[in-house]
Amino acid sequence: MIATRPKLFIGPPLHYCPGCSHGIVHRLLVEVIEEMDIREQVVGVAPVGCAARIHMYLDIDFVKASHGRAPAVATGVRRQLPNHHVFTYQGDGDLLAIGLSEGLNAAIRGENILVVFINNATFGMTGGQMAPTTLAGQWSTTTPEGRDVVKTGYPIRYPEMIASLPGVTLATRCAVDSPANIRKTKKTLKYAFGLQKTNPGFALVEILSVCPTNLHLSPAESLDWLRKEMVSYYPLGDIKKPTEGTEDAE
Amino acid sequence: MSPLETSTSKEEYDLMEGNEAIAEGAIRAGCNHYYGYPITPQNELIEYMARRMPESGGVFLQVESELAAIHMIFGAAAAGGRAMTSTSSPGISLMLEGLSHLAAAELPCVVVDIMRAGPGNANIFPSQSDYFLATKGGGHGDFHNIVLAPASVQEMADHVMEAFYLAEKYRNPAMVLSDGVVGHLTEKVRFNDPKPSPASKEWCVTGARGKTRHVVKSSLGIEPLCEAVNLKIHQKYEDLKRNHTLHDTFFLEDAELVIVSFGIASRICRKAIRLAREEGLRVGLIRPITLFPFPSGIIAETAERGCRFLVVEMNLGQMLEDVQLAVNGKANLDFFGRAGGVVLSPDEIAEAIKKSYAGKAH
Repeated sequence: MIATRPKLFIGPPLHYCPGCSHGIVHRLLVEVIEEMDIREQVVGVAPVGCAARIHMYLDIDFVKASHGRAPAVATGVRRQLPNHHVFTYQGDGDLLAIGLSEGLNAAIRGENILVVFINNATFGMTGGQMAPTTLAGQWSTTTPEGRDVVKTGYPIRYPEMIASLPGVTLATRCAVDSPANIRKTKKTLKYAFGLQKTNPGFALVEILSVCPTNLHLSPAESLDWLRKEMVSYYPLGDIKKPTEGTEDAE
Repeated sequence: MSPLETSTSKEEYDLMEGNEAIAEGAIRAGCNHYYGYPITPQNELIEYMARRMPESGGVFLQVESELAAIHMIFGAAAAGGRAMTSTSSPGISLMLEGLSHLAAAELPCVVVDIMRAGPGNANIFPSQSDYFLATKGGGHGDFHNIVLAPASVQEMADHVMEAFYLAEKYRNPAMVLSDGVVGHLTEKVRFNDPKPSPASKEWCVTGARGKTRHVVKSSLGIEPLCEAVNLKIHQKYEDLKRNHTLHDTFFLEDAELVIVSFGIASRICRKAIRLAREEGLRVGLIRPITLFPFPSGIIAETAERGCRFLVVEMNLGQMLEDVQLAVNGKANLDFFGRAGGVVLSPDEIAEAIKKSYAGKAH
């Protein structure tokens, strides 16, 4: 694909801010769905957050969930449509704050869903409050002195946290800060969709992302911030992945 | 409490946003626990608390959800703290379980609902469509929240203070029910001294040193015991009705058409009433200030006078039902409302006034 827009991409205009990572990941999803030719067999579940409007940009079936409940909604969809591809697209508040229970329980059940997790270390839509993935010492509107881990706990490394659950088939972390990383993220998403047929179970693809508006940085500075500050705490790569020809330990 | 008239006092005022005035008022009233979760249109409140509560020595915590927040309130109140949370409509739905448990356990607390459109996620625009939820309890069981409905930034400050007082006096949740307009108005406000704490809290759990141990619970026992608690709670509401029902009036004395409206809608109605009066229409306003207990008395009295009523709300008819009950068939009643986050305009209310005045039901 050279300088064409995927057919299933029904934006623009997108409502996201300049430099927001959602635009990149939306595009990757659309490319993967087109290349795998699965438009008629896929249902997405949209979150509450800036990406609540993902359904306006991808020409596929969507269900909009209330805040944090996407994995539960996806469970209902999956149980009704056992042969489809079912994915959720969630931010750090949606998946790790209010939705922590729904996500964990879906992982515990080994629900055959893919969770696309956009980690930008902030609550974007509501104006930059602390998120479960806000880094220690990081400024936010509700941690104006910097995040104090004694009072608020440590940021959550989600793939690491759920890797021990037998129902989890894939727990991996990517980033979209550079062309090389964007290509890797696309490969990972394609792989994760494929796993829904070969190794059904709970798959989590965390994607390190930026919210320049609430970082109060330019888009380019934000990506530098991601590389300098996020990657050392949230390392890239596979934390858990199916091994060839063996079953996951009980 | 009728702070809508301008004051000529030379005392000092602050200029604040409604959401922030609630936060400051709460702290001045001795609130020492705030647990909350961001939700538009009240993020200014949690952000103000993040700065101000640590300064005042209390606990500020941004928590994982509204469900968690209301249960943390339960714990803090059980241990003797003055606890508050705030949210908007989708979040208040998550707190309904907690409100029921708080009422059953007879715990004081303050919950702020800055209403936005519903049902579901709807949108972030202002509305008054949580009236039923707020005044009828919302959660399961025979209980009510004490509900105050501010219409100005000054009232945001005053009502949160009153909410703490009433919550502690009656050992029941108290709700400050506002909306995205008043939450974002910037007006002058003066913080008055809070009333002294109405009751000692020997019932709370602090470790049973030198006294019989206490259990704070919402399990109420087998039927006769459970009924006894329900009746006790019901008696509290009877006392509340007798002693703490509040309302406000505007041009009521000679009114032939009486608008009943609360919160921001009542303020917009005042403008429409002025427009109508300029055309010689004798319109007045009854503004409920406490929504529970509801000021049925003044409405019933006015109905005896032979007035016609026009209920105006930013919903599709919720307070309307309480007005209908109070009127009790003795007068004609019209309704005008908008839904979905639409903010009423004085002109459309003036049109509704003209229709009502002409005796046409609509």
